[in-house]
Amino acid sequence: MRRLAPPPRLVGRGTMYLMALLIALWILIPIYLITMAAFSPKDVIYSWPKSLMPQSFSLETLLFFLNAYGVLASVRNSVIVALLTLALSLVVGAPAGYALARFIFRGKDVYRLMILSTRAFPIVILSIPLAVAFIRWNLYDTVISVALVHTAMALPTTILVTSSVFIGVSKELEEAAMVLGCNRLQAFTKVALPLALPGLAASAIFTFVLSWNEVFAATILTLYNRTLPAHLFVQLAASPLPFRFAGGFFILVPAIVFMFFVRRYLFNLWGITLK
Amino acid sequence: MKSMAIGLKQVRLRRLNLEPYILLLPSMVYLALFFAWPMFQAFRLAFQTDDGHLTLSYLQRMFGDAAFIKALRTTIVLVVSIVPIQFILALTMAILVSERLRGADLFVYIYSIPLAVSDLAAGIIWFSIFTERGYLNSLLYNLGLIQKPFLFLDYRTPWPIVGIVLAEVWRATSIVFVILVAGLQSIPRDYIEAAEIFGANWFQRVWKVILPLLRPSIQTALILRTILAVQVFAVVVAVAGRGVTVLAAEAYRWYSEYRSPHMAAAYAMFILVISLASAFIYLRTLRVREEMRL
Amino acid sequence: MAEIRLKGVRKTFGKVVAVQDVDLTVHDREFVVLLGPSGCGKTTLLRCIAGLEQVDKGRVFIGEQDVTDLPPRRRQIAMVFQNYAVFPHLTVFENIAFGLRMQRKPDSEIEMRVKAAAELLHIEELLKRYPAQLSGGQRQRVAVARAIAVQPQVLLMDEPLSNLDALLRLEMRAELKRLLREIQSTTLYVTHDQVEALSLGDRIAVMRDGQIIQYDTPLNIYDKPADVFVGGFIGNPPMNFIEGQVRVEDDKVKVLTSGGEIEPTPEDGAILRKLKDNRVLIGIRAENIEALPTSAPDALEATVLVVEPLGSHNLLTMQVGDERIKVTTRADFKVQTGQHLWLRLKADKIRWMDKASGRALYA
Repeated sequence: MRRLAPPPRLVGRGTMYLMALLIALWILIPIYLITMAAFSPKDVIYSWPKSLMPQSFSLETLLFFLNAYGVLASVRNSVIVALLTLALSLVVGAPAGYALARFIFRGKDVYRLMILSTRAFPIVILSIPLAVAFIRWNLYDTVISVALVHTAMALPTTILVTSSVFIGVSKELEEAAMVLGCNRLQAFTKVALPLALPGLAASAIFTFVLSWNEVFAATILTLYNRTLPAHLFVQLAASPLPFRFAGGFFILVPAIVFMFFVRRYLFNLWGITLK
Repeated sequence: MKSMAIGLKQVRLRRLNLEPYILLLPSMVYLALFFAWPMFQAFRLAFQTDDGHLTLSYLQRMFGDAAFIKALRTTIVLVVSIVPIQFILALTMAILVSERLRGADLFVYIYSIPLAVSDLAAGIIWFSIFTERGYLNSLLYNLGLIQKPFLFLDYRTPWPIVGIVLAEVWRATSIVFVILVAGLQSIPRDYIEAAEIFGANWFQRVWKVILPLLRPSIQTALILRTILAVQVFAVVVAVAGRGVTVLAAEAYRWYSEYRSPHMAAAYAMFILVISLASAFIYLRTLRVREEMRL
Repeated sequence: MAEIRLKGVRKTFGKVVAVQDVDLTVHDREFVVLLGPSGCGKTTLLRCIAGLEQVDKGRVFIGEQDVTDLPPRRRQIAMVFQNYAVFPHLTVFENIAFGLRMQRKPDSEIEMRVKAAAELLHIEELLKRYPAQLSGGQRQRVAVARAIAVQPQVLLMDEPLSNLDALLRLEMRAELKRLLREIQSTTLYVTHDQVEALSLGDRIAVMRDGQIIQYDTPLNIYDKPADVFVGGFIGNPPMNFIEGQVRVEDDKVKVLTSGGEIEPTPEDGAILRKLKDNRVLIGIRAENIEALPTSAPDALEATVLVVEPLGSHNLLTMQVGDERIKVTTRADFKVQTGQHLWLRLKADKIRWMDKASGRALYA
């Protein structure tokens, strides 16, 4: 990381460390608490006052959650929706990202602006009319319907991210391949694609997490075939504490694991500014 | 003459490269079907009865609804408290990790973990802290500050709002942080060094050089965060249950519980209007003049 | 091997005309350098030949074949790119083998030809490495080896040395010259560096604003520039241009400048005579001006403004009348700023130009 500027005298290096550490704790402690709760037996979860240190390790709460009616099915639905979303947004979005990265053409700026501005539209507004339409099309309450909406959410980001990934792969490399005997498609598959693969994978993981986490559209668009967040959300008010805590932890874990894998692409994925 | 005319035609044909348009086509069709069209349908739902008459009755009903006023007030309170806190916190975090502290990479990773955390999960986590027999009450009891659990999530107190704000600040500051760090990295070090040479102290460098150059990133982060805060939903329900309501929750309720897509669409339209208005205000007030770009 | 022939090639980007109706022939086995300042269209022209750009008008021939509408892979060319374009995900061996693999050559032949190309460029010991483990100079060698391994009809090079540091560039330049003499490929080489052009090319095509202004041997380009632009662009220091007016008195042709009179050679005089009373430019290179410490009959008086000792010689900036010109002297020529000297222009080395058009006064 580049150093910004030396610190002023009133904020010494020690103070800065302390601040950085405190902010890290502020982020880590809640994760610690929910993890501890998820691995505590039920009686510890209901106890008062609670200890802030782990008392006993138990899978009781997590197993109770996983065995609860509808949970495993919703986990399966979530995975299917997320995979569908990932595949669909890459298939539709990556070619557009490639076009933005490689070509100068009339309407490029308009297209870019359009993509950027879709991020300024609240997703809430898509779900309701689509729910009405999906009922008519017999897609209501299917994993496909949820994946379609999630793809609409993820697509603008996928396009922008894949475009920055392909910009990172020099055009000269593809030209060199073409001069040396490749056609357009071979130059892409033999040179650009292998080099872009890590970036594309990061983009895919991002899409997966986005879909895995989404609540509003999934809840509106399904009735019985709930995704995990939708299932958890509608059950929330009526469910006991161990169910909630285990559920929260269960949604959280894949997210953190995925985050670890995409950490190198953090700024590519989220650092894009308007313009 | 004839051959020349043909030649000219060939020239034009060859020059319009269709390749990029073919590559863009799927995404444009997709966004038209699943973005533009629903947008338009939402408009129709909000302003048209089932038998096709234009009407303002849904809007009137929404504005007259007691829950609407409450939801709007809570949403505004949440937006104006969450966004500034996130901005200041994220800027602090961004500057801290740019200071080449030992382990800065680890801090960047930790600070960005919440990026991947679902709003529902964040809500549940903070519920576990604020609930009656939760971790906060346990801590206060262990410290001897209270004798029996304090009801933080009682909707007659402002505490549930505080809980929601904390959950949102905890979860969604990361996105602002990452955008700001990316912006900071794109500022050439020379500018900051030049300011230093000409006698600017640390605060002057941040205030007079870094923040102005960071303006595009700040603009993006604020627009994104405000729009997401306007449609805050799962966190609210997870932390505070039904006691506190916001606009998106009302839209959800009208659709799922009262079975009125029209009213739900009216709420969605209202959320859209607030989002666009706030984006517009940011774009105007934080305008980056073209000639001032790096 | 084959010749390259361009006929009326034009390429525009939007409203910008990058290449304007260029005709050019590169003979079989010839090494031609396309030289010009940045933005003159030389790279675009090269890319049109490679097929990486579609021409708007005109035809491109390689050998006897019209390749205008063929994709790059069907043109039997090879190219060395400015940033090398060595594939980072392939080893050096696979990089050099890339074109041969595309031609589906048998493994034994690939092995043999990769080794041969690597040997020519002295990179045999790098074959197993990945490009990230190579220095800039080594990557450059891989890029050249990859191009010659396919034994192309035509070799195209786009500023191949511009990303190397000065010392390496000098070394690579000599090596490229040796190599290309050895493989005897028809080569078109793009550069903005006039020293590179002079040292490498059999012929140089000087480009400006999308057009070829002069196409000749390095020596002729240097001694007989076609216009003021070529004279100024080639050579260091650039050619001096002194303004003057043609006078014809008593059947003698003289040119009057602000610093004094200059007498042309009889051949030049015959041409200048037709331009009586017109304004012309005297183009003369710094080394063709003799600096004398004392007055001489046909010399112009001048004042020394700047003295730059450059080791092998001195470079003087002089004021002659209203003009400032560069003059080189021997390193042991004693001179000081402000001193008066007398300059004698070697009449047979003067390149006469028309003041209005800037073009040389020769048909």
